[in-house]
Amino acid sequence: MKAFAYLYIALDSSTRTNDKVAALVDYFSAAQAEDACWAVYFLIGNRPRQAVPSRKLHEYAAEAAGLPLWLFEESYDAVGDLAETIALILPPPVEVSCLPLHDWIAGRLLPLRQLDDTQKKQAVFSYWNELNPGERFVFNKLITGGFRVGVSQLLVVRALAQISGVDAKVISHRLAGDWQPTAENYATLVSKATASFDISKPYPFFLAHPLEGGPEALGDIGDWHAEWKWDGIRAQLVKREGEVFLWSRGDELVSPQFPELLTAAVSLADCVLDGEILPHKDGAVMPFAALQKRLGRKNPGKKILADTPVIFLAYDVLESAGTDLRDLPLVERRAILHQLIYSIPNNTVLQLSDIVRAPSWATLTIAREESRQRGTEGLMLKRRDSIYGVGRVKAKSGWWKWKVAPMTVDAVLVYAQRGHGKRASLYSDYTFAIWKTIGEKKELVPFAKAYSGLSNEEIATVDAFIRKNTLEKFGPVRTVKAELVFELGFEGIQRSNRHKSGVAVRFPRMLRMRTDKKIEDADSLDSILHLLDRF
Amino acid sequence: MALLEHTPRGLYCAAGDFYVDPWRPVSRAVITHAHADHARPGHAAYLASAPAIGVLKTRLGAHAHIDTVAYGETRQLNGVAVSLYPAGHVLGSAQVRIEYRGEVWVVSGDYKLDYDPTCDAFESIRCDTFVSESTFGLPIYRWQTHDALFGAINHWWSANAAAGRASVLFGYAFGKAQRILKSVDPTIGPIFCHGAVEVLNRSYRDAGVVLPETQMVSEVDRKFDYSRALIVAPPSAQGTPWMKRFGDYSDAFASGWMAIRGARRQRNVDQGFVLSDHADWPSLLKAIHASEAERVLITHGQVPVMVRYLREQGIEADALETEFEGEGGAENDGSTAAAVIPDQDSASAV
Repeated sequence: MKAFAYLYIALDSSTRTNDKVAALVDYFSAAQAEDACWAVYFLIGNRPRQAVPSRKLHEYAAEAAGLPLWLFEESYDAVGDLAETIALILPPPVEVSCLPLHDWIAGRLLPLRQLDDTQKKQAVFSYWNELNPGERFVFNKLITGGFRVGVSQLLVVRALAQISGVDAKVISHRLAGDWQPTAENYATLVSKATASFDISKPYPFFLAHPLEGGPEALGDIGDWHAEWKWDGIRAQLVKREGEVFLWSRGDELVSPQFPELLTAAVSLADCVLDGEILPHKDGAVMPFAALQKRLGRKNPGKKILADTPVIFLAYDVLESAGTDLRDLPLVERRAILHQLIYSIPNNTVLQLSDIVRAPSWATLTIAREESRQRGTEGLMLKRRDSIYGVGRVKAKSGWWKWKVAPMTVDAVLVYAQRGHGKRASLYSDYTFAIWKTIGEKKELVPFAKAYSGLSNEEIATVDAFIRKNTLEKFGPVRTVKAELVFELGFEGIQRSNRHKSGVAVRFPRMLRMRTDKKIEDADSLDSILHLLDRF
Repeated sequence: MALLEHTPRGLYCAAGDFYVDPWRPVSRAVITHAHADHARPGHAAYLASAPAIGVLKTRLGAHAHIDTVAYGETRQLNGVAVSLYPAGHVLGSAQVRIEYRGEVWVVSGDYKLDYDPTCDAFESIRCDTFVSESTFGLPIYRWQTHDALFGAINHWWSANAAAGRASVLFGYAFGKAQRILKSVDPTIGPIFCHGAVEVLNRSYRDAGVVLPETQMVSEVDRKFDYSRALIVAPPSAQGTPWMKRFGDYSDAFASGWMAIRGARRQRNVDQGFVLSDHADWPSLLKAIHASEAERVLITHGQVPVMVRYLREQGIEADALETEFEGEGGAENDGSTAAAVIPDQDSASAV
């Protein structure tokens, strides 16, 4: 636990990539496989379920520190992070434990959930007593279910490649899918031997960077390939030895949620396809909101399958008949993909993404204006000779997303919550309202939540405003005096019964503060409803 | 009528006709210490501790009318006995003891109980009414020992030196910077100070505080290799073109606020060292108890929290409104404090 806590703190406090990799290399060089597997598991984004309810942890911590509960709450309010508040507030440990990570996790942390309240409290108190403040912080993060680390999977992979001498691409591939933390899996992960292969494994997704400015800087349009950028679920369809697996970008196996795609892939040759799951009916793509009905619903019933059927729109092929194609140029992969899709008889479910052809950037720019009418977010630009890389690599990756400008609305800040991570002590998650006419009166109805888009200075200003202008507190949520107006951007708008305003927007974020506007100048529901008809 | 009262000009002692750290111009000001929010310019006459005179003059100018007393020496002001005792905050910092007709008040100003080799240690004075600051008045604030903290700073500096990059440490130009200079291991490499810091180093050295050798960047060649150097600069230097000369460097910020991870990350530096010239939670409680005061008045910082906590502990406590600012860089009010104070430094020093 000690070594892992040091690693966590090193990763958390450094902003330099090289320092992070060095810390990872130090850790993995020294760690035993049974500990290293847990470290990998947590670092690539897994976290244990919450073992003790937060409410209980507040009480335990106040009691262990010998402080009244209200003083704990005041402290929490200043720190903004539960795990950290507890780590700071507890008296120094009695005896420090040298128990290795896997004993802490498998022997103590995971069984915690099963204990009754009395046992739980006793256990947590005795564990706190064995940990120094840095370790307590990490331990608390693990039991609150809020564990996150400031490191990308790419860096973990880079460090593992460095200590093992195995190619980073191979490690990435071995980690993909539902990787389980066992000593054997860790040994396989860093092994130079080509071990027995798990046929369900997807490849790491290759991601594009947003294109800033116009496309002219990319050079000759003849070197580029344009496709529509769809808003669905990015997924990999893996077919090996006749079996089909469907993975989302979050490395979640989503096969049971989309049985029609599994059926359609029966006649597909063995291959791995990258594409998008899209709701599709009567020859047209439906809005993303329709797809939300399918999300998380395993083995969907007949009605929902009939109401919201999906297609898999293939963008790329990564493997065919057991051969890794990722280093081939895009045009060659595309030809193979074409062949694979059109060899399936009577197929309407596995489709090929259209190429948007244009003789010049100017023509393509005009075509892009149709994005919204087509239900897309813009265009993807890929170099015709680009390989299929790993993750989101900066610099000359050859893949760009060229989105259309968002729709905008001026809305009023009405609720605020503290942010996470870097912004844990700041009120940085906001709810915005717009005007709605109800009878004779106009009132502000909550319309969208947003937490990104402001600079640190702006957040500090808004945070100070919120603290001075809080009307009420409901748990972590503060009701704020309606005064600040923001311009929000969003990608799509839908009718929704679940929202008080009657509409739901996609990817809302703050574009800027409108200090020049009063709340009376904010938009009304009527003024944005026309967007519904257009898009 | 209370011995000291809050007035628009500052804390006023009517019986003695003087103010303690007033914030508007007055005829007589008793000053606890030379930080800008306590020692403001424009008063007709000042009374301060003898060790404070040098730094006070760098702040108020050579023409300010400053009278001094040694620690423990009593001065009668219209029949009110005023004496100053070390507060352990910065060089010359004092608690003001005020005695009139058998009643004793102590205004502690800013204080800390931790070891600091650049100033006299806090002395606990028994009194009837104790006025305490509360900058770090929450139980999340507990400072490390001097050795642990400076061990970490030395380790950071040597690791940077070994990796061939300069170490830039941001901290208050007055007090904190000198405490850092006096406490680090000067054998690791050369030490440079920003002009705002160097001006105060002079006052400290004049007052007999021995500091390691320091240089200003203007004293060396433009191409000087800073890779083994420690550079001590005020927070206002962060992100300015002045920093460019250091090439590849690691930066750190020394402040009590660095105890909080969110504050460390918002500062956007490589390291945060938890170093404060204010009392942490255990020290505040210790100082309050040691004063044996019947009544405690809490000012600048976590006022409602400390008042409520002390009352629950059976101590008569109330809030005292002042315009003091505590340590710059707080999440709520620090933007002003952090920006204003060091900027004044650099303006006077460049």
